[in-house]
Amino acid sequence: MKLFTLKRVLILGVIITAVVFLLPTFTNTWPHKKINLGLDLQGGMHLVLEVQNVKAVEAELERTVDELKKELRKAGVTHLGIARQENNTILAELPDKEAKKAFETIVSKEFSNLTVNTSSAGGDAANFRLRLPDDEDEMIRKMATEQALETIRNRIDEFGVSEPDIRIQGEHRILLQLPGINDPDRAKDLIGKTAQLTFQLVNDDVSVDAALKGSLPVGSQILYENKTDPATGATAKIAHVIKKQVLLDGSLLVDARVEFDQFQQPQVGIAFNRKGAHIFDRITGQNIKKRLAIVLDNTVYSAPVIQDRIAGGKAVITGNFTLEEAKDLAIALRAGSLPAPVTIIEERTVGPTLGADSIRMGIISMLAGGALVLMFMAVYYKGAGLIANLALVMNIILIGGGLAAFQATLTLPGIAGIILTIGMAVDANVIIFERIREELKWGRTPLAAVHAGFDRASLTILDANVTTLIAAIVLFQFGTGPVKGFAVTLGLGIVASLFTALILSKSIFDFILQKKTSSTLSI
Amino acid sequence: MQLIKSDINIDFLGKQKIGFVFSALLIIASIIGLIVHKGPNYGIDFSGGALIQVKFTQDISISQVRDSLAGLDLKDLSVQDFGQPEDHEFLIRTGSTETVGKGLAQAVSAAILQGTGMAPEIRRVEMVGPQVGDDLKKQALLAIFYSLLFITIYISGRFELKWILSGVTAGALMTAVYFLSVFNVSMPVLITFALIVSLVLFWRLQLKFAMGALIALIHDVFITVGIFSILNLDFSLPIIAALLTIIGYSLNDTIIVFDRIRENIKGESSKAALPDLFNKSINQTLSRTILTSFTTLIVLFALFFLGGDIIHNFAFAMIIGVVIGTYSSIFVASPVVLAVSRKG
Repeated sequence: MKLFTLKRVLILGVIITAVVFLLPTFTNTWPHKKINLGLDLQGGMHLVLEVQNVKAVEAELERTVDELKKELRKAGVTHLGIARQENNTILAELPDKEAKKAFETIVSKEFSNLTVNTSSAGGDAANFRLRLPDDEDEMIRKMATEQALETIRNRIDEFGVSEPDIRIQGEHRILLQLPGINDPDRAKDLIGKTAQLTFQLVNDDVSVDAALKGSLPVGSQILYENKTDPATGATAKIAHVIKKQVLLDGSLLVDARVEFDQFQQPQVGIAFNRKGAHIFDRITGQNIKKRLAIVLDNTVYSAPVIQDRIAGGKAVITGNFTLEEAKDLAIALRAGSLPAPVTIIEERTVGPTLGADSIRMGIISMLAGGALVLMFMAVYYKGAGLIANLALVMNIILIGGGLAAFQATLTLPGIAGIILTIGMAVDANVIIFERIREELKWGRTPLAAVHAGFDRASLTILDANVTTLIAAIVLFQFGTGPVKGFAVTLGLGIVASLFTALILSKSIFDFILQKKTSSTLSI
Repeated sequence: MQLIKSDINIDFLGKQKIGFVFSALLIIASIIGLIVHKGPNYGIDFSGGALIQVKFTQDISISQVRDSLAGLDLKDLSVQDFGQPEDHEFLIRTGSTETVGKGLAQAVSAAILQGTGMAPEIRRVEMVGPQVGDDLKKQALLAIFYSLLFITIYISGRFELKWILSGVTAGALMTAVYFLSVFNVSMPVLITFALIVSLVLFWRLQLKFAMGALIALIHDVFITVGIFSILNLDFSLPIIAALLTIIGYSLNDTIIVFDRIRENIKGESSKAALPDLFNKSINQTLSRTILTSFTTLIVLFALFFLGGDIIHNFAFAMIIGVVIGTYSSIFVASPVVLAVSRKG
């Protein structure tokens, strides 16, 4: 009889492929695909951010209100107030027929994307309700999420994380997987920073005290500055009355980097592009001796008095930064601002030492459980038990090779899945062996008993494993992160155990029985 | 070597009543446990909140850690020992998901340093916002529901060749659940309803194997959930994974028995012979049932004792599930099939 049949060659091929894929995880050989470790094993941070893209829509509407006012001013049309309302609408109150007509012309020419609803407000006066259509609302939200993803990706790239995984999840969520991160708090600060930089004038017409007591002028707002006393280290909040009008914002930045002042205190130097430099030149020229506030995410960083016109478009942001804070702020400004604030709605961080502990304990329990099962099978089924044990070891090699080949991620529950497979994979062999024993008892020869055992047990084994496979597939669909890792190893384990039990063990039995002439079978 | 004699013949179906009483007791205990604890004890994955695992280099007491955190004003704060005593590890849980200004882990770390003079190592942080928790809860329930449904389709297809009938039934159920879930009907209510409808349908359509399997699975999952509730253990995402695996495993057992029943039932038309035939099938597969459960339990105990604290509850859920699943394939699934067969 031939030693190498087609079937045996194929079996060997499968096993060798698995070994080849598994090797790079331990040595550094071709094909250089190591098994990916999940964040729970190698340490790292999993974050889910929610982009508050309602804010992006609101900001868009506020911009429209500003532009509308500007257009009306240009055309010399008077109005009794234009303001953003609930439900994506802008309410405009016009005093008379003439204004109403002019308003209609401007809206139809410049703001034709909005749907218009007119209602009389007594006499000649009219109220207009301009509504942002739903499809545009949706588009702004979608754009905001995509832009936030882009910005965060840029920030992470500059921060220096190897192999980050950043993607949009659902409609307004962003999923981040950051392996091997050392300082999770710093990373979170950087990611969550909106980095909305604006230059606004300080309103010196009113004292801060009066404004705080309630006489806040129209078009101004109170913003705070965090001041740290260098001697005591205590921080205090200082209020400023700031005009709402934004003279210049961070969108025109071309560069931001850490610099040091004469006391070696870190600060962030920024440079504008030509358009920005031109605007900066103009506003500083027009507002000499007034105070210009540098506002970042609604916090005042400084409000120096403009001494002279500043050409060249360069400025510095000071604010008692530590070196790290200054670095991160520069990164955030370079990467651009987020179109809407983000909040962290899910965080899972695992320190590197815990990950290493988990791997160690996972491997120990795998070895202990595996050794016990191997011993039991050898004692209980003797020779046949050894075949089952060989199949079991192959099974684990196949799972490992599968993980590496498909570049799936191994997680702690994933290790549990492999351990569980060790216990359950012998099931197929047990079913076959019990059947063979039954057949032997009814007086069949070893060869006939083995064949009958495999024939009758095959369908049962398939049926039984399909159900666990269904559970694994549902779990893979539903799960994230660690749980998905469990579904992967469980699924691979089932497929591998079908192969080892129905094809590999059978082939070994055939090989032994074809040589043997005796009428006994060690089972 | 042989543990179970090959000529074993235990009258399992004759002991149906004992099984019935035992199952009933477990179910009643589960219900009481669930009522007393006001439903399953959801971990932060489902209820929202935060969990921080801290490690110290020296001895420190729980109360010291707890006292140092008092100033942070955390909702439902609890501090527990974690792992071995010599590791000086603690698990801090809270219902709060953020503190004003700083990140939660940062704030906790700073407060402990200030309160005890020892800087903890933050080993693990898990924070789940309430909205994410609700989403995960919904998904978990749907996952359990779908796997039950798919598996029962497979069983009635394979065992009774009624692929189309069971497929259409399941399709209708899935559509109904999908549409109702859009209208914000509470998910547990919806799924309970869908399961009851499935059982009634299987009964009416005489899909006896599907019915036996489904009842056994509901039995297993419910009792596992109940025992977790009685022991006041947290439900987390890995526990849901364990429940789904239990569904797969328990069915594995059930199918082996059903397969034998189907093999033995060929050519047998008298209903009077059915109980004997069922008994014979269970006895023939008994050796395999026990052996497989035994090897599976070996590895699960290895995981339970050596796998570390993070995987502890998962291993525990699996151990309960394997024991209950093995029991139910003999004492629940087969008697149900027999009862339906006698009726039809």
